[in-house]
Amino acid sequence: MPKIRLNMITQRSIEEGAAMEKGKTNPDYFTACSICEMNPEDMKKAGIWKSTNVRVTSECGSVIVKAIEPTQFVPPGLAHIRQGVWANQVVPPRTQSTGVPQYSGFPVTIEPAPNERLKTALELVQGAVGLWKGGN
Amino acid sequence: MPKLITQVGCPYCGSSCDDIEVLVSDDGKKVLEVHNACTIGNNLFHHANDSTRPMLPRKRQPDGSMKEISYDEAVDYTAKTLLAAKKPLIFGFGSTNCEGMSAVGRVAEKAGAVLDNCASICHGPSFLAIFDNGYPSCTLGEVKNRADCVVFWGCNPMHAHPRHTSRYSIFPRGFFTQKGQMQRTIISVDPRVSDTAKLADIHYMLNQGHDYELFDAFRTVLRGHDIPDEVAGIKKEQILQGAEAMKKARFVMIFFGMGCTHTDGRNHNVDIAISLTRDLNTHTKASIMAMRGHYNIAGPGQVWSWQFGFPYCIDLSKGSHAHMNPGETSSVDLAMRDEVDCFVNVGTDAGAHWPIDAVKHVKKHPFITIDPNFCMASEISDLHIPVRIAGVDEGGVVYRMDNVPIQFKAVLKGLTGVPSDEELFDMIYERMCKLTLTEPIWLAALEHRKYPSVVS
Repeated sequence: MPKIRLNMITQRSIEEGAAMEKGKTNPDYFTACSICEMNPEDMKKAGIWKSTNVRVTSECGSVIVKAIEPTQFVPPGLAHIRQGVWANQVVPPRTQSTGVPQYSGFPVTIEPAPNERLKTALELVQGAVGLWKGGN
Repeated sequence: MPKLITQVGCPYCGSSCDDIEVLVSDDGKKVLEVHNACTIGNNLFHHANDSTRPMLPRKRQPDGSMKEISYDEAVDYTAKTLLAAKKPLIFGFGSTNCEGMSAVGRVAEKAGAVLDNCASICHGPSFLAIFDNGYPSCTLGEVKNRADCVVFWGCNPMHAHPRHTSRYSIFPRGFFTQKGQMQRTIISVDPRVSDTAKLADIHYMLNQGHDYELFDAFRTVLRGHDIPDEVAGIKKEQILQGAEAMKKARFVMIFFGMGCTHTDGRNHNVDIAISLTRDLNTHTKASIMAMRGHYNIAGPGQVWSWQFGFPYCIDLSKGSHAHMNPGETSSVDLAMRDEVDCFVNVGTDAGAHWPIDAVKHVKKHPFITIDPNFCMASEISDLHIPVRIAGVDEGGVVYRMDNVPIQFKAVLKGLTGVPSDEELFDMIYERMCKLTLTEPIWLAALEHRKYPSVVS
């Protein structure tokens, strides 16, 4: 399987904010945040079709998200997952002694995972702490 | 007759818009319409109508399910858990009023806790830079009336502060800026072509994480020295053009956001941004402001600085004095080093917004969430205590991103029996005093309490 190394940033978007205020278990929040914006060139290099699932792996974990073409242009080499539950599955907790985790600018590997399933916010967070009862 | 309430404050982003109009139902229990707010504010007010909003605390049972308990039991459990813990961590306060922040100070002191707010994972580095280098800032009113060159560095207000550009920074016509957008030069610095960058006259699409170099290049040019042909992926001519635009302006305003504080360099990026502001002041007038994320996240900085001398990362576990040292006493670092043995999440969602590794660490110990709604943190908590929503069914003082205090009002009648943050923390504090057979040090809290008999 081809893979690609990209620089990841996770920042706010209005879709995320608007959905969050409806509730984090709302389907809108799932749609708004379980995506990874990538430059089409990078998608091509890694053999990723747009709107298919990919596995994003960082130094501290991995998450399945849907790769989409950027809603706000992202240059080749850079990827963006909107701030939220999915992004934070891969955000490294190192803080450079300031208290702020490395939310932006950390290396990730992205590979196609078209047959993998997107998990809900609740499944990811409860699953991480052993409370998820919904099955796989 | 539905009632239209005007001049309502919006409890979402740091712009803290105070011109919202809310139409509420006859009985004052439902929001019918929201005028003037952005889509996020609109959703926020309407979400208060949600009939599934929790009205009683829920405690996790041995089988993993949640069971409703009374407020008395919840207050008792929280007080006992905080007293039993050696070093509890109380984190959050992105979405509460200053009254609640003040009340939690007493609880934290009694518990010997570490008190921290969302700035710790947001604009904390800005505080560090401000301590080191000062903060030549102004109010948003001055920006609206005077700024004719506005720089958005590592921030995207079109998404994070949707009405910021129309109320203060790009579009409004002010006293000295009567032509509005026509008169303003907008500069955006962002590695993406964000929706704010699309509005800019000059967009610096720098290499991600190279903010410091670009700031340095601007300073070098402004001081009359030469720079390399390309800095941080930006051509020299473009940098000269931007520096010239800033120099020629009558009032330069620099807004900076998470693009500076979340990436490599952290406080150093902000530090040099402040130095650039200082340098610009030798040519024209310039000012700088942090794009604070939440409507009252400047509040804990104000309230706790007054109470303890520090704005965030306040370690009160020594019992004798407050101690602040981000990196050591900051929430995520404490969590990663397993230094805390109880976690209280207040008015934020650490479950969704912390790196998941840090969440796993704090989950090893008692985990309490105090929040009006269901969120990721509430769903992994051992105890979830619902409170009123500040700015919707509870009023209070909030500090806007420029540290201007605004009195927010309640538009709805709160849910019966649900206390505000302040009332809840006062109840916890009293219970802790009773359990430790001590006198409350702040009796005014008792005398001033607004609703003494709502709960229990």
